[in-house]
Formats: sequence, C-alpha cells, structure tokens
Amino acid sequence: MSLGHDILGRLFSWAATQTDGSFWMPVQASAGAEPVDRIFGFIFWVSVFFFVLIVALMGAFVVRYRRRPGREDAEDSSHHNTALELTWTLIPIVIVVFIFAWGFKVYLDLNTPPANSYEILVTGQKWKWLFTYPNGHVDENLHVPLDTPVRLVMTSEDVIHGFYIPAFRLKRDVVPGRYVKVWFRAIKPGEYQIYCTQYCGTGHSDMWAKVVVHEPGGFERWLDEASNFLKTMAPAEAGERLYRTRGCAQCHSVDGTGGTGPTFKALFGHPVPLEGGKTVTADEDYVRESILDPQAKIVLGFQPVMPTFQGRLKDQEITAIIEYLKTLR
Amino acid sequence: MAEPNREGGVGEAHANHVAHHFDTAEQQFESGKLGMWIFLATEILLFGGLFCAYAVYRSNHPEIFVYAHRFLDKTLGAINTAVLICSSFTMALAVRAAQLGRTKALVRLLAATIALACCFLGIKGVEYEHKWKEGLLWGRRFHATLEQPAGAGNAVVQPSAPAGMNPEERSLIPPAAVGPRGLARPGQRAPGDEELGPPKNVQTFFAVYFLMTGLHGVHVIAGMIVLTLMLLRARRGEFGPGYFTPVDLAGLYWHLVDLIWIYLFPLLYLIR
Amino acid sequence: MERDETTTAGANPPMGNALGADNYLRHGRGLKSWLFTLDHKRIGVMYLVSILASFLLGGVFALLVRTKLLTPGNSALMSADHYNQMFTLHGAVMIFLFVIPGIPAALGNFVLPLMLGAKDVAFPRLNLASYYMWVIGAVMALISMTTGAVDTGWTFYTPYSTTTNTSVIMMVAGVFVLGFSSIFTGLNFVVTIHKLRPAGMTWFRMPLFLWGLYGTAIIQIMATPVLGITLLLLIAERALGVGIFDPALGGDPVLFQHFFWFYSHPAVYIMILPAMGVISELVSVFSRKHIFGYTFIALSSIAIAVISFLVWGHHMFVAGQSNLASMIFSALTFMVAIPSAVKVFNWVATMYKGSIWLATPMVYVLSFLFLFGIGGLTGLFLGALATDVHLHDTYFVVAHFHYVMFGGTVIAFLGGLYYWWPKMFGRMYSDLWGRVAALLIFVGFNTTFFTQFVMGSHGAPRRSYHYLPEFQRYHQLSTLGSYILGIGFVIVAVNLIHSLFRGRPAPANPWGGATLEWRTASPPPHDNFATTPVAGDPYDVEAWRYDRTIGGFVPRAAGDSPAVG
Repeated sequence: MSLGHDILGRLFSWAATQTDGSFWMPVQASAGAEPVDRIFGFIFWVSVFFFVLIVALMGAFVVRYRRRPGREDAEDSSHHNTALELTWTLIPIVIVVFIFAWGFKVYLDLNTPPANSYEILVTGQKWKWLFTYPNGHVDENLHVPLDTPVRLVMTSEDVIHGFYIPAFRLKRDVVPGRYVKVWFRAIKPGEYQIYCTQYCGTGHSDMWAKVVVHEPGGFERWLDEASNFLKTMAPAEAGERLYRTRGCAQCHSVDGTGGTGPTFKALFGHPVPLEGGKTVTADEDYVRESILDPQAKIVLGFQPVMPTFQGRLKDQEITAIIEYLKTLR
Repeated sequence: MAEPNREGGVGEAHANHVAHHFDTAEQQFESGKLGMWIFLATEILLFGGLFCAYAVYRSNHPEIFVYAHRFLDKTLGAINTAVLICSSFTMALAVRAAQLGRTKALVRLLAATIALACCFLGIKGVEYEHKWKEGLLWGRRFHATLEQPAGAGNAVVQPSAPAGMNPEERSLIPPAAVGPRGLARPGQRAPGDEELGPPKNVQTFFAVYFLMTGLHGVHVIAGMIVLTLMLLRARRGEFGPGYFTPVDLAGLYWHLVDLIWIYLFPLLYLIR
Repeated sequence: MERDETTTAGANPPMGNALGADNYLRHGRGLKSWLFTLDHKRIGVMYLVSILASFLLGGVFALLVRTKLLTPGNSALMSADHYNQMFTLHGAVMIFLFVIPGIPAALGNFVLPLMLGAKDVAFPRLNLASYYMWVIGAVMALISMTTGAVDTGWTFYTPYSTTTNTSVIMMVAGVFVLGFSSIFTGLNFVVTIHKLRPAGMTWFRMPLFLWGLYGTAIIQIMATPVLGITLLLLIAERALGVGIFDPALGGDPVLFQHFFWFYSHPAVYIMILPAMGVISELVSVFSRKHIFGYTFIALSSIAIAVISFLVWGHHMFVAGQSNLASMIFSALTFMVAIPSAVKVFNWVATMYKGSIWLATPMVYVLSFLFLFGIGGLTGLFLGALATDVHLHDTYFVVAHFHYVMFGGTVIAFLGGLYYWWPKMFGRMYSDLWGRVAALLIFVGFNTTFFTQFVMGSHGAPRRSYHYLPEFQRYHQLSTLGSYILGIGFVIVAVNLIHSLFRGRPAPANPWGGATLEWRTASPPPHDNFATTPVAGDPYDVEAWRYDRTIGGFVPRAAGDSPAVG
C-alpha cells in the first residue's frame, strides 16, 4: 500500500513539493505536511479530471444539440443503459475507497505521537493561547526545537477553542474538562502562524500566536533566557512582559482605551468606583485581590467576567505586575 | 380492527366526514392512520435523544447511576407503571366502544383514562416534591447532603505535576482544567463500592432523571388535553362505527406515552 | 425559437390561460381568505413570499459581513461583537428560515398535489398549521435579534452557547418551533405520496421531483425531532443549569455536537434532495428528452436519505472523537457521495442527443451542474481524514458548503421558480433578463466563493472579524463578487415582479412538460383540475409539440410529424 501511495504521491505532488508554499498550500514546515499535501494533490487532480469531463460534455452537448429550426425534437436514444450506469457507479466507488484509505492512513500517523516526545502544555482561554514548558515557564508563543518530536497536551479554561498551525497541517479542538494530545516534528526553522479555529466569542479572531522553530541549540538558549526573566529583568519590566503575555492585555488597555476590563492607565493609587456605590483606592492589596478574586469588587460599568488567576500567577509575578502598574501614570 | 362502514350506528348522520380531496372514507382513514404513526415515530426520536444521553452517561459513570437511583422510590414508580398500564387498557376499551357506537361507555372509559392520568401526575408530583425538599436536583441546583463514610474525608484528586516540571517553581494549571475522572473511560469505582463515599457529580443522574420524566410528564399533560377534547366530542355523539378515527389516533398516542414510561421505569428506578 | 415578448394581459390570452377566469388566486377575496386558506397553492405562495423575504434578510446580513471584510482590522461599520452576531444571524436565517423550508414549502406545496392529479395534500389543515409554525418561529427569531441577538454561530456549540449573554434562548426556541413546521410538512408529503397517487401512477412512474420530496420528507420526519431535543437540552442548560454539557457538573460539551450534527447533517440533504428533484424535471423538459436512468435517480434519492443519517461525525474529525469513529464516518461519507455523482452523470446523459433549449430554467440547470459539481468534489477533500484536519473550520469549508447549498439548492430553486412561475401566476417573464440575471449570479457566485477555497487551504480560519493582511486581496475579490451577486438578484426580483403586472399571459404548458401540472390552466383553478387527468409517463415530453400561435406546447396528435409547429 505504501509503495503505491509513494508512486502516486510523486505523480500528483507537484502542487505539494514547493516548500515555500504553493498556490493552494502554505509552506511545509513539519514532517506531517507533505503526506497531507500529496493526498490533497491527488484529490485535486481527480476532481479536475471529472469536473472538466462533465463541463466539457455539458458544453459540447449544449452546442451540438442545441434547439434550432429543424431540430425541435430529440434524437431517438435509449433512456437507460445498465452497463454504463454500473460502470460510472463502480469507478467512482473504487476511487473514493482509495482516497478514504489513504486519508485514514495518514491521519493515523498524524495522531500517533512517537515515544519520548518533548511535551509542552497548551492552555486555551478567551482569548489567548498559553504554553507551559517542562521547567514551568509560561509563554504566549510556542517555541520548539528543530527536528524533534513535540507533543502538545492541551486543555481549555472555558469554552471550546481550536488549535491550528496551518504550516504543520495540524488542528485539534481544545475542550474544557479534558486533555487532548497532538504531536508534530518541525523540519524548517522559522516562525509560523497559530490560529484559533473554533469560534469562541468577541476575541476569537484575536487568538493568534506564533510557533517559533529554532535552529539547533537555539531552543535551549531561548528557554533558559525566557524562564529567568523575573530574575534578570527589573520588576516593572517583568510586569510589563507578564501583562502582555499572560492574558491581561486582551481585556485591559494601558493607554486609556476602553475594553472588556478597565484601563490600567492612571489606575494605581487612584480611587476606583465600584458597583454598589462604594469607592476604593487602587493600592497593592486591591490589585492583588483583583487578580486572585476578581469577583470580590466589580468596577462600576463593567461586567463580572474576569477569570481568577489563582494558581496561575506566582506571588513574585503579581508583585512584578503591581510594579508595572505603578509606572502607568 | 373493525372496518369503517357507512351504515348504521350513531355515525350515520355524520357520514360526510370525508374531506373533498379524498376519494373515499377509507383513503381518509388510512391516511390519518399513517400520519399518526409517522408522528409517533417523531416522538420516539425526540425521546431517543434523551435515552442516548442516558446511555452515554451511564456507560461512562455507572457508579453515579447505581448510587443515585436509590433515592428514587421504587414503590411509587411501580404503582405509577401499573396506573399507566391500566390507563392504556381503558383507552383500548374506549376505542372499541367508539367502534361499536356505545357512546356512554366511550365517555366513561375516556373519563377513566383521564382520571388515571391524573393519578399518575399526582404520584409524580409527590416524588418531585420529595426530591425538591431533599435538594436532589439537577446540575447547579443540587444541594443535598450525601452521607460520607466515617473517617474518610472527601478524596479529591489533585492534578499530578506533569513529568519534567520544576517542582519549585511550577505554574499549576488551575483546577477547572482537570479532566473529570473517566469522562471518556469507564468509571474508576466498582458499582456499589460505597465504602469510598458518594461519587462525584451525583447531580448528573438527577439531571437525566428530571429531563426524562419531565418531558414525559409534558406529554402526559398533552395527552390529557387531547383526551378531554375527545371526551367532549364523544358526549356530543360525534363518534360511531362510521367515524371513530380521532379516538383511534388519540389511543395510539396514549399507548406511546405509556410505552415510553415502561422503558423509563426500569432504566431509572431498577438499576442493579 | 420564439422570442418572448411581454404584453398586457387580456388581449387574446392563449388557450390554457386562466388569468381572467376563476383561478385559485381569485377564488375568495380578502385577507381572511388567505390567512385561513386550506388551499395548498395559496399556502405555497405564502411560503414563497415568506422565504424570499428571509432570503433577502439573510442576504443583507451577508453583504454587511462581506463589506466589513474589505479591511482586516477594526471597522467603523461594526464592532467584533456585532460582526459575530451578523454571521450568526446570516447562518441561522438562511438555514432555518430559508433553505430548510425552501423548495418543499414554496414549490413543493404548490406542485406536489398537481403532479399527483390530486385536489390537495393529505392534511390541508396541518399544512396551514405548518405555515403558522413557520411564522411563529420566524417572529421569535426576529424578536431575539432585537433583544441582544445571538453570537454563537448557527451551530450553537456548548459551552460557549450556554454561557454567552446574548439572546440564545429566544432564538433557539424559535428554531424549535420552526422544527415543527418542517416535521408537519414532511409528514404531510409522505402521507400524500403514499395515499393520494392516482390510479396508474406506481412508485416508479412518479415524477422524480416527488422522489426528491419523498426522500426529503423522510429526513424531515426522522431528523428534526433530534434537533428538537437538542435545542430543549440547550435551553434547559441555560435556564436551569442542568449541567448536561458542563464539564464542571459532570457533563460533556462534545455530546452537544453529536446531538446537533445528528440532525444538521441530514438537514443538508433536506436542502439538496428537492433541488436535485427539480433538476431532474428541468433537464428532461429542456432537452426535450426522456430522463436518462430514471430508476437509478429515484433510488439514489432514498440511498442519500438513508446514508445521510450515518455520517454526522465528519463534522467532528478534530473534535475529539476516537480514531475508530472518525474512520467509520469518513468511509460512510464517501459512500454518500456516490449517489450524487450518479445523478450528475444521468443528467448529463439526458442532454445527449437532446434538443437543448436554453430558456432561463435551463441556464440554471447548467449553472447547477457546474457549481454543484465543484461543491460535491470539494466534499472529497473534507471527507478524507488527513486533509480535513487541515481544512476544517477554515474558509475552505465555507466555500464548500456555499457551493452546495447556494450553488446547488438556491440555483435549482431559482430554476424551479422560473419553471413553475407561469403555472403559479399565469404570466411569462422576460427570458432575456432571466438569463442575464442567471449569468450575473453565476459570475458573482464564483468570484465570491472560489477565492475562499484558496484562502482556506492557506489556513484562513472562518468566523474571523480580524484577519491577517496577507488575505486582504482574497477578501476584497470575494466581496466584489458578492456585490455582483446582489445585482443579479435584484434583476431576478424586478423581472419576476414586473411579469406579474405586464407579463405575457402564459399558456397551460409553456415548456412542454409531461407531468400532470401542465394539464391544467395557468394559474390552476381552485380545485386544481376540471377533470382528473390520467397519469402516464412523466417524462414523455416527446408527446408534446410547440405551437407558435399560443407560444406554448400542445399534445401531439397521432400522425403529427415531428417537425410540425
């Protein structure tokens, strides 16, 4: 079976072999992309063949048998032909069975991670992807080493999201309450797009991230540098990075524009009017409480939709965020 | 079943029940019958979805069903089953009475069927009230206190840290992301293993229970309305050997309502 | 070929025209005679007006969505929330208010009894009730648009649909009521076809449009109740917190998808089977030739209806179902493609050696073969597991289903509308403008949607308010196409409405069809037939010849040579 696939794959893969992307497909950046593109190419040419056949016949008949004076009636011909009808039933059956089997085989390969894959945890939430590396570092982008099988263990915080890397031909729905697993092996260094494909609300089309495939050695260096940012950066700078990468920026602006949540500009140290009439001052305790127990105090005019970051931000990180807020006058 | 004939009986004065687009009364009767059977098929599919949900949740979490069904009163359920079977019997007799033109009997039998249905709803009401008082409700409304085994304490499964994580500085994935135990695999406890205390998510059973019996109850009420209308028409002498189709079709619907309960009862009350 | 000329009515209407006589439109006057009618023809006309109004509404939403998509970032035209509501409403209105009732309600109601030589459907009051259900459901859906609308996508996936604070319950309840409309129509059609066929019309002498309606009715009856329970469960979850789809309460959000698609996949065959039935009628009449392969076409409608219930999981290949389930669904999905392919071959074979008349309905037939061909073939990419992983939830899928639902069903609907219009209203329309509109729609459609295949295979996700700038040129081309489509439809509307006032009075059989509806006047009398016709071969179109003096077809007398007329 695989020899046949191989031969046919070569015959039908001209649309698929260009690694810079083709008319139809993005670049083939993972090992799994080329087999998928070969099936796509095969189906494409089969479709073109039958489509051209049908349209050509249709066009030819319209011209050759058009109604005109002297040709008001059809010619005598039979109204059925069992042999012909059986033939044009059986040939498509054979073709689609072949396509099905080929598609299923490649699908199984796509879904079977090898042992000893490098495991990264993925969390989808409205409206951000977060990636947790084995050393505990949490990042907003997916960094992976070249030519290494990587296994993603994914779950959602809230609603169903869809994790999609077109360049890897990889997609899986991410469901709350369970873990799903996918794997890939990146073969081409570079940056590729990650989308959310399962509609999830206002910011669904903003749930973008990047997968960064590092050259050999680059991944370890990156992970080392990134994991220690709390130790290497000034607190306010680290706080700004956390703001950007941990989901705050989706709802809170820093320049005064409105959003799902109150802006952080000129927040710290100033009075905050709450639902129910009270007013509090935005001090360290207030910020900390808002992060860990956001439903405790709702700001006037906003919806109680902020999720809790209990267990998701360490004390050091909360401190860094507070320091950052202090710089936003 | 008696063939509809156009002579004799109370139906004669109303023999012109044949609508203008039908050629014969027979064609009209058969069309009505076919239409009713198709409608019953749609009802079976409607309940089928709920039976499917039952099957999925029970096969994934048999321990919940074994544990929670004990809160249902088997006696009341059995009485209700008998009540509905009796009502189907009176309904069948009513159809026969209509075919034979025995109007007084028809009226009495329809009344009996409706009364038995009331009885069914009354017993159901008693059962629902008990559940309400005990807090044995669906989903978020569940607030019953379930007995814990002495000294056990609630065994809550913490997510274990994935391999390779730095135990000093890890960021935990919050509890909401922990998969419920065995959602796609069979439950992890043997049914009846009560020394471990009540299973998690007991409210799932009650969600299924109230959805299924609730939808069934709505259909019982709808059936009662239809039967009342039949009763009123019967008292006006509208049915006889020449025309009893509405009673016949109402009877079919009522038998289905009974049949659905006959499946619900063992599935909800008699789990082993 | 006779050039069509619009004239005022009244001046020597041809034999078979009943505009001045007691036809169903004039039988009983006033609003009440319409609102309480039991006449299937009037019910069909009311449905036609209603679903066309829904098509207009859904189309306006679509044009707004496409206009926003001219630019990739934020838009002054609408916010992200409004955009999400807009595409949801476009989908929900088009599917539940327009395409599902669609051909069966608007054309089937009118034509089915006529094709059977009958006076009405089996249950006329149920028929009226189904229309009222449609109206109630539509009103509920419209109300939901004013109380916060819906932003879940027409698919209402949980947990988003159980937690969003838009007007989900009202919309979903409206759809529930619309389901009754669908079930009642299906029930009525099944009983009518079983019980009201005339003497001599065995199953295999029935017109293929009726086979199509029958297959559709089976699906309407069997699948819609499952949608009903799904929607009830969704309402229960939202209103009562039942927890059946909530993982925190022991539920399973993916179970919703299984329930939902168990209906919604067969639903797309509710959309396409009647359309295929229309094409079977049109291709035979406008090739002046008996349909090729009648038996295969008839049985394929049933095969499609049955297999359609077994493939719902192909919407869930990446949703988290097991590999085994995905494999089975993929295999069955390819099986359901075969009967459709067979129909296409049969239709093309019907044209072989025919006498092909490119009147407006036939232009739509050619358009259908082209567009449905693409739609069906692109289904192969989606049925194959490995490629579906890449293409699922991208614009490729959006293009695929628009090619089959719009390029298939709507095109066939238009063909059928133009075909039966003279029968329904006793008027001919301008064939020239009919063909111009058909061409504009064809060009506009391909421009709008073919580009979306390429966007999708490059990874552009669907339902996206923002998109990456690299896709902008595709989006702009697609939007341009949608405007061309809009213009085409405006011409359709003007052409047809104009014909109601100024169209040439139509003869009984303007196209030379051999099915029974052409044996009665245009428009038909209230009781359909003055004398009940005898059923013959529904594709014996060669028994009719064109008569220039009436601008229509008359039965060919014995001894007529083929070239007379």
